[in-house]
Amino acid sequence: MQELNETIEAHIPRLRRYARALLGDHVRADDLVQDTLERACRKWRLWRRGSDLRAWLFTLMHNVFVNQVRTRKVAESWLPLHEQTEEPAARATQDDGLELRDLMSAIGRLPPEFREVVLLIGLEQLSYAEVAQVLNIPLGTVMSRLARGRERLRVLIAQANTPALRRVK
Amino acid sequence: MKPISENDLQAYVDARLDVGRRAEVEAYLARHPDTAERIAAYRRHNEMLHALLDPTLNEPIPEGMLPRHTRTAPMLLSRPWRYAAVLGWLLLGGIGGWTLHATHAAAGRDLSVRLAQPAAIAHAVYAAEVRHPVEVGVGQEAHLVSWLSKRLGQPLHTPNLTALGYQLIGGRLLPADNGPAAQFMYQDQRGRRLTLYVRTDKKDERETAFRFAQEDGISVFYWVDHSLGYALSGEINRAALLRVANAVYQQLNP
Repeated sequence: MQELNETIEAHIPRLRRYARALLGDHVRADDLVQDTLERACRKWRLWRRGSDLRAWLFTLMHNVFVNQVRTRKVAESWLPLHEQTEEPAARATQDDGLELRDLMSAIGRLPPEFREVVLLIGLEQLSYAEVAQVLNIPLGTVMSRLARGRERLRVLIAQANTPALRRVK
Repeated sequence: MKPISENDLQAYVDARLDVGRRAEVEAYLARHPDTAERIAAYRRHNEMLHALLDPTLNEPIPEGMLPRHTRTAPMLLSRPWRYAAVLGWLLLGGIGGWTLHATHAAAGRDLSVRLAQPAAIAHAVYAAEVRHPVEVGVGQEAHLVSWLSKRLGQPLHTPNLTALGYQLIGGRLLPADNGPAAQFMYQDQRGRRLTLYVRTDKKDERETAFRFAQEDGISVFYWVDHSLGYALSGEINRAALLRVANAVYQQLNP
């Protein structure tokens, strides 16, 4: 027997993971998940039984996120607490730890519309069609934002690792 | 061969190409090292995202993630608290039993297996009966109730659902996994039938909120109250079944 409550509960970890990547801040991420769950409670009648519950929940989260960005409850881009001004000596060697930190910092610098697409596909592994549905945009726009988002991310990370070039300017 | 597009390259990053196309992309990347480096970076960043964030999946869900249902149902505060507790869960959209502890979740599934499933099966089996839907008819209602109460070892009552258009037509005795269970059958003017399945639940004597389950077109609202488990089954829409479930609950808890 399928129980709606158990199925939603099963999706909470992935909602938390996505929110964490989307907002960078553990506390605000869990707030976003909670706001999403409350919206799910209020709007459960809109979910058509048998349709994809995961996609529906991610759609709700997207809507809550967009709303909060618009009303400035969350910042458009975020700077993680560990962000610091560049110190060329510290970045002289490139190792995994640094690149991980650069990755999250760069994710935070992506415009929200790129960030969502890159994360929904790369991290949450939704299909391209599902992302189009969740974000309510055409498939072509998904692919375009994916390509541009990933490239922007790559450039941001590469720049973080070549401070010498930056200083030359 | 179709030319390699940026979409192909992205799909390659996400491992969403079929074998043939993947081979074509790999051949292309072998001839275009700059692109290959770019694509390799995208893959590496995906992997790093997972490395960094997948541990979140194993974290216990924070206590504070329970829905703040008191905010969505302020009007319930004036009603008796037990009834309010039941309705509170209902106003969460029937997401009863919203619990996040493993033991609770296990008990929830357990209750579904012990209560909702046998009720739905019994409904499916007997509600379709034309000649023998019940064992003892409503003409002998007093005897029916006294007989089933004696078998279950607890006083049972048949709720009066005439206000909602349902007449009791009778009941029967059923075997449950722990002993006898009772089924009361109701019918409306159109011949649609609801069944109220009752069983003893000494194993789990806490009171639960309404839970909802549905399978194969049979909807079930079920709950535990005073060491009896109840399950109301029907093939009507959820909102209508909920109205009846409320009526049943109210009558059994005057």
